[in-house]
Amino acid sequence: MFPRSPRLHFLAHDRARPAVAAPRDTVRLNETPEGVDLGLRPAGPTVRALALTIDGGIRLLVYLALTPLAAFAGLGAGMILITSFLLEWCYPVVFEVWTGATPGKRTLGLMVVHDDGTPVGLPASLIRNLLRVIDFLPLFYGVGLVCTLADRDFRRLGDLAAGTLVIHAEDRMARPAALAAHRDTPPRPPPAGLSLTAAQAILAFDERAARLSAARRIELAEILLARFPPAADGQTWPSGPAAVALVAGYASWLTKGR
Amino acid sequence: MRQQPFAADRADRWEEYRQLLDTLERRGRGSDPAPVRFPALYRRLCADYALARARHYSPGLIAELHALVRRGYRCLYQRRPALLAPTLAFMAAGFPRTLRRHAPVFWLAAALLFLPMAIMGVACYQNGELIYSLMDSSEVTDLEALYDPQNRKVGRAAQRQADTDFQMFGYYVMNNIGIGFRTFAGGLLLGLGSVIILLFNGLAIGAAAGHLTRLGFESTFWPFVSSHAPYELTAIAISGAAGLLLGQALIAPGRRTRLAALRANARDAVVLVGGAALMLLLAAVVEAFWSGGGAPAEVKYGVGALGWMLVAGYLSLAGRGDPHGA
Repeated sequence: MFPRSPRLHFLAHDRARPAVAAPRDTVRLNETPEGVDLGLRPAGPTVRALALTIDGGIRLLVYLALTPLAAFAGLGAGMILITSFLLEWCYPVVFEVWTGATPGKRTLGLMVVHDDGTPVGLPASLIRNLLRVIDFLPLFYGVGLVCTLADRDFRRLGDLAAGTLVIHAEDRMARPAALAAHRDTPPRPPPAGLSLTAAQAILAFDERAARLSAARRIELAEILLARFPPAADGQTWPSGPAAVALVAGYASWLTKGR
Repeated sequence: MRQQPFAADRADRWEEYRQLLDTLERRGRGSDPAPVRFPALYRRLCADYALARARHYSPGLIAELHALVRRGYRCLYQRRPALLAPTLAFMAAGFPRTLRRHAPVFWLAAALLFLPMAIMGVACYQNGELIYSLMDSSEVTDLEALYDPQNRKVGRAAQRQADTDFQMFGYYVMNNIGIGFRTFAGGLLLGLGSVIILLFNGLAIGAAAGHLTRLGFESTFWPFVSSHAPYELTAIAISGAAGLLLGQALIAPGRRTRLAALRANARDAVVLVGGAALMLLLAAVVEAFWSGGGAPAEVKYGVGALGWMLVAGYLSLAGRGDPHGA
C-alpha cells in the first residue's frame, strides 16, 4: 500500500468528487467565493474538553484573584457578583468574537468559525454560548458529548443552532520547509503510465524523507516500488539505499523535469 | 509547467503575501484598513492553489498553499467589530422590529407568564393556604420578611438590610439576566424548558403578590415592584418567546429541515435575547437604585405606569417607517 496519510486520501478523492460520498477523514471541504476548496479540520471532543478545563482553570484564578474585593463590603461584593455574571456568560463570547477563540482553545490551537470557515461573529457566538446551558446538562456536558460524538463535524447542540464549527486553526501538514527543499538529485524518468496517485505518493515520500529514519526511508521506498509493474526488460526493482535514490530521482523528475 | 519552475516563478509574490498576512494578523482584527494589495494577492494565491491541485504538484506544496489560503480567507472575510453604533441601531430598530415579526410567539410567552401570575395572585389573595403549595414555610417567612413595613430597606431580606444598592445591583444582574438567558436556552428542549420557567415564574410572582397583599403589606410591596416590573416582566416574556422560537423550529419546522429551521429561528431568537438582556439590565438599575428608595408610593406608581407606556410604545413603534424594515 501507499504510505497512508489523511492528506493523501483527501487528494485522491479530488478528481471524482461527485462520485465520492464523503472523505474518510474528518476534513470538511468548503468552497470559497474564489472557487477553491478550503479544508477545515473540526476538533474532536477530547481536545475540546481539555480546552474547557483550561478555561475553567482561568476562571477559577480570576475568582481567586477577586476574593480580596470582599473586604470592600457592598461595593466589592457587587463587583464580585457582576464579575461572576460576566465570567459565566460573557467570557466565551467576548474572546471568541475578539480573538476567534477562548484562551483555553487558543492554547490548544483551536478556533471557532462559522461553518463556511469565516471567523465567528457576535450573533453566532452568542447563540452557541447561551445554549451551552443545554449542552452542559445533565452533568458536565453530557448532552454536548453525545451530540459531538453523533455529529460528523463534532458539533454540540449550540454549534448546530449557531452554524459554527470548532476547528484546528493550523494545518498539521503545512511546512514552509517543504517549499524551500532544494533538490539536486539527478532526475530519473519514472516508468511510463505512472498513475496520479502513485506520482503523488512519490512526491509525498520525497518531502517526508528528510524527517524519517534511514531504515524507515528504505522500507517505504521498497513498498512504493513494489507497487509498480515489473520493468519491461524483466529486471527487478532495486532494494536498500538504491531504492531510496531511485524514488528520489523520480521525484526530482516529477518536480523539475529532465 | 513543472512544480519547481512554478514555485520559483511565484516565490516573490507568495513571500509578499506572507508578510502582509503576518502584519495583518499581528495587528488584530479590524484596527486599520487592510493594505490595498492584499485582496489581489489573495485571489492570485487562490488561483495558484487551484492550479497546484489540478496539476497534482507535491502534497507538501499543496498543503502549504492551502494553509496560506486559509489564513488569508480568515483575514479577508472577517467582520469588522464595532460596539457602540450597532448596539444603538439594534436597540433603536432591530430588536423591536424582530419582536413584532414574531408577535404571536411573544403573546404566547406573555400569556404563559402573566395568566398564571394573575390567576395565582387572585387565588392566593383569597386563600392564605395556597401559597404553601408552591413554597415551603421557611421560604414564605423569608418572603414576608422582605416586605415587612418595619424594614429600613424594602425588598431585602433581614440579613441584607445593610447591603448597599450596588451590591443589590450586582445580584440583580447575575440573577435576573441569568434567568433570561436560561429561559431562552430552555427552548432547545422542544420548548419545554422555556414553558416551565415562564409558568413557574408567573406562579411564584403571582403567589407572592397575592399573599403579601392579603397580609396587608401592599404599602411596601406594590410601590417596590411597580417601577421595575415593566422592564423585567416584559424582558422575561421576550426571553421566553426566544426560547419558544427554538422549540417551534424543532416541533413544527414547516417546509425546512429541523436543523435549517433551528438555525433560522436562532438568528432571530438571539436578537430577542440580546434586547431582553439590555432591558433586564435597565430593570436591575431601576430595582437596585430606585425601587427600594424613599420616594412616595404615588411617585413610584407613576414611574411604573410611565414605564409600561414606554415599553409598549417602544416595542410597538420603534423602528417603524424605515424602508429597509421588516
